[in-house]
Amino acid sequence: MMEKFKQRYRYSLILLHQLVVTDFKLRYQGSTLGYVWSLLRPLFMFVILYLVFGVVFNAGATVPHYPVYLLLGILLWNYFSEVTNNGIQAISSKGDLLRKLNFPKYVIVLAGSISAFINLVINFVVLIAFMAFAGVEVHWHAPLFLLILAEMFVLSIGVAFLLSALYVRFRDIGYVWEIIMQAGFYFTPILYPITLVIERAPFIAQIQMFNPMAQIIQDARYLLITPQTATFEQIFSSGWYRLWPIGVTIAFTILAAWYFRRQSPKFAEEI
Amino acid sequence: MDDDIAIKVDGVYKDFKLPHEQSNSLKSLFMNIGKKRRKGYEVQHALKDISFEVKKGEFFGIVGRNGSGKSTLLKIIAEIYRPTKGEVTKSGRLVPFIELGVGFNPELTGRENVYLNGALLGFSKKEVEAMYDDIVAFAELEKFMDQKLKNYSSGMQVRLAFAVAIRANAEIMLIDEVLAVGDADFQRKCFDYFKTLKKQGTTVIFVSHDMESVKEFCDRAILISESVVIHDGDPSDVAQEYNRLFISDKQRKGTDAGRWGDGTAKFTSVRVDGFDSDSEKITIKSTLTGLTNIEGISVGFMLRNIEDKVLFGFNTKEEDVKISHLKKGGAIKVTWTLPNILPNGTFMVDLAASHDGGRTSEWWRDAARFNVTTTKRTRFITNPRAAVSVDEE
Repeated sequence: MMEKFKQRYRYSLILLHQLVVTDFKLRYQGSTLGYVWSLLRPLFMFVILYLVFGVVFNAGATVPHYPVYLLLGILLWNYFSEVTNNGIQAISSKGDLLRKLNFPKYVIVLAGSISAFINLVINFVVLIAFMAFAGVEVHWHAPLFLLILAEMFVLSIGVAFLLSALYVRFRDIGYVWEIIMQAGFYFTPILYPITLVIERAPFIAQIQMFNPMAQIIQDARYLLITPQTATFEQIFSSGWYRLWPIGVTIAFTILAAWYFRRQSPKFAEEI
Repeated sequence: MDDDIAIKVDGVYKDFKLPHEQSNSLKSLFMNIGKKRRKGYEVQHALKDISFEVKKGEFFGIVGRNGSGKSTLLKIIAEIYRPTKGEVTKSGRLVPFIELGVGFNPELTGRENVYLNGALLGFSKKEVEAMYDDIVAFAELEKFMDQKLKNYSSGMQVRLAFAVAIRANAEIMLIDEVLAVGDADFQRKCFDYFKTLKKQGTTVIFVSHDMESVKEFCDRAILISESVVIHDGDPSDVAQEYNRLFISDKQRKGTDAGRWGDGTAKFTSVRVDGFDSDSEKITIKSTLTGLTNIEGISVGFMLRNIEDKVLFGFNTKEEDVKISHLKKGGAIKVTWTLPNILPNGTFMVDLAASHDGGRTSEWWRDAARFNVTTTKRTRFITNPRAAVSVDEE
């Protein structure tokens, strides 16, 4: 039994490694700048959003180091967006493979998630350069950011599991998710500090914070950039509401993984 | 399960639900809520009550016509599909894939594809590295490994895929139609590989259309037809049954398209008998019915094989059989009896009738077709039995 488990685990790891490597080889194939694009894309997005929201609307007037604050938000949101958007098609685009090979399906979703994570790490090099340039003070609690990253990894892969399994049956999910992501980008405090919402409608701000991505981005900013960031704890000053973000992340991911696992033997036939 | 059994397939059913229309959208999900559940799909029974056992070290063939369900069965054994009912038990490690070149990506180089394909077989990067040179040498692609796969010819791709696939060291191999591709040289390599597998005592499940290789390599075979196992046993019996499948509707009607004549008489029946392998004589019976009163009649036939070669033909005039007249509404029955010298294959009968010195009453091309199966094989167009005697001084 133990031997069997080991064998299966070994196969998954080999596959995972090979899928991630292949994904990286194929990702920027044929483009002259290659990997540089994975840095340039979020940077350009950052420049555009900074010009519109930072310079024209002056949304970050109250925030110290607003450009870095904005960039961090964009990078984290991009990661979430990349993992989930890849996740939607992860299974259905591998139909050919699924119909000819029996292998643990979760590896596909996990591989997509890991490639996006490597991408994020590369992007963080730019972020760190920005932070140094802007003179951001590094606090002793900065390493706690790794926990936030872990939470985001788990949350994203949970969503990706659910979406990939649903998409095999319901192709409309692709469009639905596109709309959700578009709305989510503005409903999550990425461009603007959530304090702007708190001043006008504290209740709305509380609702916003129920979105785990909002909590993740705010916590990341708090830990890395400035303690003047309103975190989940500060917005809900008391009660065990605080358990919400981590609770919902874990519960959701377990449910999603359970659903994925239950559906996965049918993938080959249903695609 | 007994110790010497590698695979046991026990009462396996497989149904596929074929949706009537594209129903995998949210709209149809919502539309169906509240409504009486209308069946939006048709059930196709791909496999029905399939049971068999494969012994360890056995070279086991699965044969059947296209769409008979044999590939579905292979996928169920490989755990790619789940059976609707029944179960498959295995002892021994199974090769995870059933086709050559699974996961090959045209945008990657030959080298990268070897690593990718190797990983799908369960080999780590290190393990592939160790066998890489052998793989390349076997595929004879030394100069091309850094080119993208999309620039390979299909033969080169198959060679590369095969060179990787034979590295699989599973206890149970699943092989689906590998021989359908590749040239004679490549096929010989495949056969050599099969011989090695046999020598090693690997259990092999071999799905094929090619009865010659089934007979050559398989220890045992099953024949699947219309989702059920119709024969289980000796490969040459199975091969014979397989060939018989194509002629199960033995004597089909010919076609009416090839009929022409001056309308004075027409053939109203045709029948061929005695073309089974154990039969000595073939009889061809035809009935000619008069549409007007005609005289000086001759009736004949020709026999063609599937390649449209005429084997022979006879008519009553040449045989000096006189048919002086046929009245309107009257009928003449002509029966030909000849020795059964036909080899395996499909044959077509053409009928002809003429009157008054050569005017054609009716010519009927492809009036009847029939199939011959005989155990006495030949590669020539006829198959007469020859008596031979040898005198040695």
